[in-house]
Amino acid sequence: MASISTARAGIPTAEQILEPSPGALLRKRIFGNTGLIIGAAVLLAIVFVAVFADVISPGDPYDQVLSRKLIPPIWHESAKATWEHPLGTDALGRDYLTRLFHGARISLFIGFAAMFISGIIGTALGVLSGYFGGRVDMVVNFILTTRLSLPVVLVALAVVSLVGSSLTVIIWVLGLLIWDRFAVVMRSATQQIRNLEYVAAAQALGCSTPRIVLTEIMPNILNHLIVVATLEMAHAILLEAALSFLGLGVQPPEPSWGLMVSEAKGMMFFDSWLIGIPGAAIFALVLAINLLGDGIRDVTAPENRN
Amino acid sequence: MTKQILEIENLCVDIDVPSGVLRAVQNISFTVAKGETLSIVGESGCGKSITALSLMNLLPKSAKRSADKLTLDGRDLRDLNEREMSDLRGDAMAMIFQEPMTSLNPAYTIGNQLEEAMLRHRNVSTAEARDRAVFLLEKVGITAARSRLGQYPHQLSGGLRQRVMIAMSLMCEPALILADEPTTALDVTIQAQILHLLAELRHEFDSSLILITHDLGIVARVADRVAVMYAGEFVETGTTEQVFNAPSHPYTQGLLRCIPIPGKTKRGAHLGAIPGIVPNLVGRIEGCHFASRCPYADDACRTGDVALRPSFEKSHEYRCVLSPEICAANLKSGAAA
Amino acid sequence: MSDPVIEASDVTRTFMISAGFMRGKQPLHAVNGISLNVERGEVLGIVGESGCGKTTLAKMMLGLLEPTSGTLRLDGKLVGAAHRIEVARILQPIFQDPYSSLNPRKSIGDIIMLPLKVQNDPDPATWRKRAEDIMDLVGLPTRVYNNYPNQLSGGQRQRVAIARALINRPKIVICDEPTSALDVSVQSQILNLLQDLRGEFGLTYVLISHNLAVVEHMATRVAVMYLGRIVEQADTDTLFKAPKHPYTQALLGSVLTPEPGLGVPDTHLGAAYPNPIDPPSGCTFHPRCAQVMDHCSKQAPPAVANGGMVECHLYAHGGGRKSPKRKSK
Repeated sequence: MASISTARAGIPTAEQILEPSPGALLRKRIFGNTGLIIGAAVLLAIVFVAVFADVISPGDPYDQVLSRKLIPPIWHESAKATWEHPLGTDALGRDYLTRLFHGARISLFIGFAAMFISGIIGTALGVLSGYFGGRVDMVVNFILTTRLSLPVVLVALAVVSLVGSSLTVIIWVLGLLIWDRFAVVMRSATQQIRNLEYVAAAQALGCSTPRIVLTEIMPNILNHLIVVATLEMAHAILLEAALSFLGLGVQPPEPSWGLMVSEAKGMMFFDSWLIGIPGAAIFALVLAINLLGDGIRDVTAPENRN
Repeated sequence: MTKQILEIENLCVDIDVPSGVLRAVQNISFTVAKGETLSIVGESGCGKSITALSLMNLLPKSAKRSADKLTLDGRDLRDLNEREMSDLRGDAMAMIFQEPMTSLNPAYTIGNQLEEAMLRHRNVSTAEARDRAVFLLEKVGITAARSRLGQYPHQLSGGLRQRVMIAMSLMCEPALILADEPTTALDVTIQAQILHLLAELRHEFDSSLILITHDLGIVARVADRVAVMYAGEFVETGTTEQVFNAPSHPYTQGLLRCIPIPGKTKRGAHLGAIPGIVPNLVGRIEGCHFASRCPYADDACRTGDVALRPSFEKSHEYRCVLSPEICAANLKSGAAA
Repeated sequence: MSDPVIEASDVTRTFMISAGFMRGKQPLHAVNGISLNVERGEVLGIVGESGCGKTTLAKMMLGLLEPTSGTLRLDGKLVGAAHRIEVARILQPIFQDPYSSLNPRKSIGDIIMLPLKVQNDPDPATWRKRAEDIMDLVGLPTRVYNNYPNQLSGGQRQRVAIARALINRPKIVICDEPTSALDVSVQSQILNLLQDLRGEFGLTYVLISHNLAVVEHMATRVAVMYLGRIVEQADTDTLFKAPKHPYTQALLGSVLTPEPGLGVPDTHLGAAYPNPIDPPSGCTFHPRCAQVMDHCSKQAPPAVANGGMVECHLYAHGGGRKSPKRKSK
């Protein structure tokens, strides 16, 4: 049909499709981002340590050998330093490297679980208020303002002292308290996407609202979600460390990094490695997660602008 | 011979992009006489806005400008530093942007911004600047001008904001006004009003105007001379009558066939089309830039540079290997098809 | 012979919007009592400036917005959010901006097949084939099936949007500024394609545009909107040859065709577009009208039928005076 052949005019040939696919672009940008690579590498190393802590640890994290207490790490110029305890032992004679490895497990688990809970709460609230607006938005905003007026550490302290402390309690308390950033970011991201024409097109096609939220909105706010998730995970890990340091987080003898810092604070001036090693571990983990989050944001942002 | 306000020879703009050097503007030369309106017309990505920005020296950092000659009112613009250049902007040359919402600062009143344009360049008192602002606001058709001075941009409609922009560009009686798509964001009735106003004011103030647009309708009605731009080059230049009544370049001919004209184009009939897409300007394009979309292209077009050549009249030039006679014949046969 | 596929009767849509700091909310009548039929097989052009309510009207036809009052019937059935899928099977939109009308995270194939998926097409085995057939028909090479929208040009994206709209064979397509985001050379390709497809599928178009040259070229009948009302309706020839309403005359006068030497017309349109929250009294066009009369500001003009329809006091005395439908403010 002649008319259709004219309609075909204006189609570029295969060579003229110059833009690579979104996936290829993403891969290219990921490998060009140093911060993201470093962050991911450090985080992966810590995850590896946490997962295989039982296998790679030289000893048992709860084994107290009082006769071998306070052995300094091997770089220390001391006759007591031994390769049996590369990072030395603590005041109760527990192998510090082993405790550090098992501590990674606790930090990551709490960070991830708290991020997961807060992510679900915050994303649900944010997407609902961004998508529906109006009354829903007002209600969510009220809940959000209420939450923002609560001081996180004080509320966590109060709850923990009321119901007692355990890993589960810490995770729930943190998860229920730090969803605010998820809600704020998801709300504004959803508002932006909601007004785009492909959402209207999907509605006009007869898509149900849940379908639109799941297949049109969510994939396009996922990058924001990942960025916030990494930041909130780091946030949760720091809060856990702080609570444990104050004695209201993870309880002894669990090898939490925050607790290790807390237990070592009395010996800060005599055996400074005791506080330095878990401190450095927290620092490295939080830095790695933040680098990863920043990297993901940089890598995904230009695509949004196009 | 009238005085040339702007003279440009071989202006080039290269932009560094990740994949290489984007040759956004390639060897364009033109002059604008006093009181004349030159229109640079082309589709998105052809380099027309970059040309305007390069004249104002407002290019992004990654872009490099070069020219054999670039003079405004006899003054060489090539070696001016940023300070000297900003003395010129808003004084000898002014620019009107497309989006009047974002080109006025929402934090200042209209009056502030109008007066600022003059106080920056002229040794006048605030009262004098305000009188000038009121005078010009009335000139651009804004009623109750004095009371408008205290208003903020968001209190005005799009059409009014664009009028304010025009008044602002006239504050120092510039020799040259650059208008980049001045009416694209406006409704058709407002567009007609603004263009009508621009044409009137240009006569009254005898300023030269470079009008950059994609809309051939505006060009035909407003411009004295036209430069059709495609893929970084001028492909056809001439007076408005020459270019619109006897377009020579296949691109210009194709563009004009794409536009339905009420009363002339048969309703519902197929419009002309230009197949293909604009070539990528990163790197060097061998031969004629339009060859990949041209219905008349053969192997000769794809090698070597194609220079601008005069058509039947000397002031009418186009960039094609075909002779003026063949182009005229193509125009006829193309219209019949 | 009248066979309307869309019947709007006295449709109104009001938004409550904030009028400014501390002033509470005020009603904005985006669409203010429109009665309009779209006949089967025609191309109805709706023209008007931004803020005249044409997009709101389109959204109501699509069932994306509920009318505040009045009824909209599609093929005889009431349009409401409840019948979303039924509306979708009959009526599909093509939007203005091909850059935001396609989900960047979905492949072209997924985008085009979405209507089949959502409207529970009974035969999933044929989906891929049908998607490729429609791509062929709108002039998209089937090899872009697995590509993503960011890999295509503006014109190609608009073809994807057209393919998505047409794959489940709707009867009516609402084109909301289908070419205004495109370059001139691409615009003509899309207009040609829309013409071809109309013949092929026997479609009815509602073409919403501010570009009168495009409307003149495509439409068989035109409705002119101003501040939420249809002020004039006529078949294209009549409207373009002999516009009646002063606003239509001004609109037509503002069209700049690429014909040199004609200059820019003076439209004699006075003041700027009025604030739709606080529309002028009487005939809402009277502050800008060049032929304004004394009673224009006091009384809403009646609708005068004269082959087409025009709402203007100028024509009220001649043919059968009807009582104004609107309450004047």
